[in-house]
Amino acid sequence: MSDVAAKIKQIVVEHLGVDEAKVTPEASFIDDLGADSLDTVELVMAFEEAFNVEIPEDAAEKIATVQDAIDYITKQSK
Amino acid sequence: MRRVVVTGMGIACPLGVGVEHVWRRLINAESGISAITAFDAKDLSCQVAGQVPAGTRATGGLDVNEWVPVKDQKKMDRFIHLGLVAATEAVEDSGWTPETEDDRCATGVMIGSGIGGLETIFNASIQVHEGKAKRLSPFFIPSALGNLASGHVSIKYGFKGPNHSVVTACATGVHAIGDASRLIALGDADVMVAGGAEATVCALGIAGFCASRALSTGFNDRPQAASRPWDKNRDGFVMGEGAGCLVLEEYEHARKRGAKIYSEISGYGMSGDAYHITAPAEGHDGAFRSMKAAMRSGGYGPGDIQYVNAHGTSTPLGDDLELEAVERLFGDAAHGLAMSSTKSATGHLLGAAGAIEAIFSILAIRDSVAPPTLNLDEPSRQSVIDRVAKEAQQRRIRVALSNSFGFGGTNASVIFRAPG
Repeated sequence: MSDVAAKIKQIVVEHLGVDEAKVTPEASFIDDLGADSLDTVELVMAFEEAFNVEIPEDAAEKIATVQDAIDYITKQSK
Repeated sequence: MRRVVVTGMGIACPLGVGVEHVWRRLINAESGISAITAFDAKDLSCQVAGQVPAGTRATGGLDVNEWVPVKDQKKMDRFIHLGLVAATEAVEDSGWTPETEDDRCATGVMIGSGIGGLETIFNASIQVHEGKAKRLSPFFIPSALGNLASGHVSIKYGFKGPNHSVVTACATGVHAIGDASRLIALGDADVMVAGGAEATVCALGIAGFCASRALSTGFNDRPQAASRPWDKNRDGFVMGEGAGCLVLEEYEHARKRGAKIYSEISGYGMSGDAYHITAPAEGHDGAFRSMKAAMRSGGYGPGDIQYVNAHGTSTPLGDDLELEAVERLFGDAAHGLAMSSTKSATGHLLGAAGAIEAIFSILAIRDSVAPPTLNLDEPSRQSVIDRVAKEAQQRRIRVALSNSFGFGGTNASVIFRAPG
């Protein structure tokens, strides 16, 4: 697992209070991990803080799964 | 109107968590006041408060993790945590678990807060001031809103009836209980979880009430002596935090399901001072009319009431004016009346005060005991009314009245009577 993936996984576990095993790449924040729309706003803010990036609203709306987040952050960090 | 009874109670206050634990400590004349530990208060003129002690439910202390899922805690100000603790105990105590949609829709919530999420607002303001407005939590507003204790309790239990809240400063708790009882009496609901929650022992809360010159400042070295209603050396109130909740229920509804009935709400009255934002009117006319209205609504005369749980906050002006109003209202029946201020042990819980004091009034009836007024060494005003100085008293109490008065000149009184 990449550093980005590990860090994202850790943030998701902390913010949503879910079991680490459930945070698979294809897991959807809302459908699989019990997040609501406000939780996802907070998650994106946590990603921004952790990776020192800015995620515009239209991009944030497209981040629905753990893999989406990994892809977006990896792309930004390059 | 339909009859309304109390079938469940829950409390978190400076004397601890859990109705029986808190009541035992209150009757034992213990104090919940200490030096402020929630933040560094060294720059403030008041450095004492009543804080809910840490611990576990089993030992009568607070561990929020036992009551609120960790991931949800950050979405709520502390007043909501405390409201959930009190509401959970009350609901469990009542044994009311609505199984049908009709029953859920007939069960509502009315938990008020005098101020709401003050510390949350304080912290968010700092963030904005530091140029981090875009980093505000999406949960900031729903954490701070005063009606969100009601919201969270309804979500937790699926109570789909009236979802309401009250904001009347220090009269909030009594207004919530009284108004919720009216909703049941009028048929808008069969069951209501009602009470108040407050968590303002934070820098902004203490500093704010210091600025209004309302808090005790002369007892920072002796915190347990700071709240001293009616005593000649009193110098202001002591802030407390916590929550109290009652489960109110229509009488037949409670009887049919075989619920334990603590008490019946048999009177409720309100008034406005129309006088001053913080000072009580001359002769505490508003208090007098509020108590009178409660007695009228229950069909009581002065001789029918054996115990008054006073608003009695330990402020120089308010205590004796309330006493005077009670003397005037009760006339000859003031002889033999017991009136105490439990704020001497808990501090003043603002919007939660009326709710925890309702619980104390109900338990005073149940156990035939008047809880004490701590620190009443030498009253500033003599009275024929027994203010239960320093030690609890065994007394036959069938009917009890509880007062709460708030800034803005808002007054509320509620009367409880023995069941049956």
